[in-house]
Amino acid sequence: MSEIAVQTSGLTKKFGDFVAVDQVSIDVKRGEIFGFLGANGAGKTTMIRMLCGLLKPTSGEGKVTGLDLYAESERIKQKIGYMSQKFSLYNDLTLSENIDFYGGIYGLNPTDIEFKKNQLLADLQLTPWRDKLTGTLPPGFKQGLALGTAMLHDPSIVFLDEPTSGVDPSSRRAFWDVIYQTASRGITVFVTTHFMDEAEYCHRISIMSTGKIIALDRPDNLREKYKLPTIQSVFVHLMRQASTH
Amino acid sequence: MKVALEIIEFKKVYGTYPAVNGVSFSVEEGELFGLIGPDGAGKTTLIRALCTLLKPTSGSLIVSGMDSNTDILAIRNILGYMPQRFSLYQDLSVEQNLQFFADLFKVPAIHRTERLNRLYQFSRLESFKKRLAGELSGGMKQKLALSCALIHTPAILILDEPTYGVDPLSRQEFWEILKSIQQEGATILVSTAYMEEAELCDRVALMYNGKIIEINPPEKIKAEYPYPLYRCEGRDMQKLRNFFKNLEGIRQTQLFGNALHVSFSEKPSPGDWQKWQKQSGGDLKNWIDHEPSMEDVFLYLINQEIKDE
Repeated sequence: MSEIAVQTSGLTKKFGDFVAVDQVSIDVKRGEIFGFLGANGAGKTTMIRMLCGLLKPTSGEGKVTGLDLYAESERIKQKIGYMSQKFSLYNDLTLSENIDFYGGIYGLNPTDIEFKKNQLLADLQLTPWRDKLTGTLPPGFKQGLALGTAMLHDPSIVFLDEPTSGVDPSSRRAFWDVIYQTASRGITVFVTTHFMDEAEYCHRISIMSTGKIIALDRPDNLREKYKLPTIQSVFVHLMRQASTH
Repeated sequence: MKVALEIIEFKKVYGTYPAVNGVSFSVEEGELFGLIGPDGAGKTTLIRALCTLLKPTSGSLIVSGMDSNTDILAIRNILGYMPQRFSLYQDLSVEQNLQFFADLFKVPAIHRTERLNRLYQFSRLESFKKRLAGELSGGMKQKLALSCALIHTPAILILDEPTYGVDPLSRQEFWEILKSIQQEGATILVSTAYMEEAELCDRVALMYNGKIIEINPPEKIKAEYPYPLYRCEGRDMQKLRNFFKNLEGIRQTQLFGNALHVSFSEKPSPGDWQKWQKQSGGDLKNWIDHEPSMEDVFLYLINQEIKDE
């Protein structure tokens, strides 16, 4: 398996005259937790949609798990998982029923679903909750289960689009434990967030402003480079700088 | 100091479930007061009751000397409220939404331009002002909702997670606006899930399970963290975490990307560190004192509560 999970070079997406993603080049390694930060409307969601094979780039090149964004978008969809703050499990189904439902959508057969279900519930220490309604789970666990469900088909990359918006600190930490487990199994995690403490949890982060990547490095290197104490202050500094140019 | 909000033994019970279970505190005039707590702690219930949108099961809520049970309309006159999910008019443009709320709150024409400009500056929505609200991205919608709530300056402003999904720079600029509204004399009560925002408040109340378990200025709350906390770096962080988890006297371990935060019951000696460095088989490379964040204290206080239950 390739050690590079995502590779883009000059990737660009225009909507009419509006350049949503402007010449973006990134490399993301297998098993890496890659934080994708930026202002509202900077082009993060457009970038993710291209990488998920949902949107054709206007120009530039890109590969996801070695598959070409232009020619192999259908195969990319089978190799990736996607979860957003809006991706929600059905609260009025049990944990088991939710997994059956999404397993079915991913086209798994019932034997595989049963096997995956047992494994997933055991990994999340949720086996005793198997037949409880999903709505009764604490929020952090629910996000963890949603992530597990988005990976039932064994993707090599998961894209998490603001998975913790509106989630409190204790639930967010529980959810990040699941992200670390995921990455330690060699799955690449591509995550957007507005929580700058979560940015510190990532192996590397990129900061996007008006369609361009304006910084990309390890969180500690960025703090050192700009001589600022937190990623929050680095982010604000770079955004202010970008908006005066 | 005069009291702007006074909450006396407030309880709200739904069926048999006490959403807020006996809460008393007061917010002074001109104060910027933060409300934090996990999901389901009762923050929104308390906020809605203060805004006269819910009747208390028992206890009372006094807003600027008026009782929320009886003086509903008078309270609404002096109160600005931004709910968690704001209902913007999706089929009006950004500018039309702002003008509509300016009309609604009778913002005098002479103040309008100046205020709109200031709000556009923070929201960066000016270049989108002709766009329909329904076609904005999630974070931009939130910024528009905030701008609509800030178009007038009520005596008391109550905001329920106003910066949900808003990017860090806009959040910072939003808080600068809040501070300037405070300086003009307004009282502000704001709930948030962002701990760095809690640190910008004059005082913070931490809610848990329908109760207030802590209420103090942020620096005082941070000083309550009792354990020595270290930031460790090394080779295999997941393995290093498991190593610490199995040691005695460990309070908490938390991964931070390329680092691990570990808190101890007692301060480890240099000898302890050298021993661990050997025992971890080289996974532990360096360690340094670390100041606890608001989030560390938040989790500590909640864990204390869980233990006491």
